[in-house]
Amino acid sequence: MKLSKVLMAIAIIATVSFTSCKPNDEEIKSAIEAKLQSTAMITAATVEVKDGVATIGGECKDDECKTVCEKDVAAIKGVKSVINNCNIAMPAVVADAPVTITADDLLVKAVTDATKDFPMVTATVKDGVLTLTGEIKKDGLKRLMPALQALKPKKVDNKLTVK
Amino acid sequence: MALQNKYKELTDAATALGVSNLQVREQDAVLYIDGTAPNGSVKDQLWGIYDKIDPNFIAGDLILNVSVDVAATVTKVKVTTESSNLNIRKGPGTDQPIVGKAAHGEVITLVSQSSEQWWLVRTDDGEEGYAYAQYLTPVV
Repeated sequence: MKLSKVLMAIAIIATVSFTSCKPNDEEIKSAIEAKLQSTAMITAATVEVKDGVATIGGECKDDECKTVCEKDVAAIKGVKSVINNCNIAMPAVVADAPVTITADDLLVKAVTDATKDFPMVTATVKDGVLTLTGEIKKDGLKRLMPALQALKPKKVDNKLTVK
Repeated sequence: MALQNKYKELTDAATALGVSNLQVREQDAVLYIDGTAPNGSVKDQLWGIYDKIDPNFIAGDLILNVSVDVAATVTKVKVTTESSNLNIRKGPGTDQPIVGKAAHGEVITLVSQSSEQWWLVRTDDGEEGYAYAQYLTPVV
């Protein structure tokens, strides 16, 4: 009777001390979080651990990142298995700046400046559309057109006769 | 997309020639290409391609706005009019009074680029005012 109690006590102590050697779920979670933060490959990482099973989530930039994160987590002491719920981030879409069209009053003034040295050219502006009439030499056209299009009109309606 | 295909040679060249801040957008049947060319030669090449795809620029379906990157270190510009003198004006606009003239081929001081079209300049005679930037070429 006494012996069995002693044995029982030893068994309990052994069990308790044995389990206490293994990190608990909270400790595992902290270790995983620290690991994922240090790799900096994953963003918005989430970690849950239950009975040594780690569930990780977050945004990975590519497949490789997702695989590496899983391997890193699996290598942490106490992790039995890993459920990898990480997403692969969509490639960032670069938004194009909207097309800017110069207001008519400013455009008229700028067009007057640009066409000053082309007396045979008449330019009119309406709703951002620049209409050119008259005549011009090819050389002149090659100088005038870049100057006019740089003024950001909506459109250049070129009705010039090229001589 | 049709316009982007039509002018693909142009946008490809812009990328290859190192045009920065390149933007290509299509809106209301007009393609808008904006960017900054590293030098005047690149801009000329792009306009050459434009003229090849749409001879004499009559289609009215492209606005090519390529400016030339002028380094902040540039302080001298050459007057590159066809042959005439360049007017220097009190303010930025052809409606402004003429305060001086710079000769064709003369190298003058660039004070500041007050806008893309008008630059503030100073001649060796001390005349200061605005000149049309198209007729000024940076001296590197």
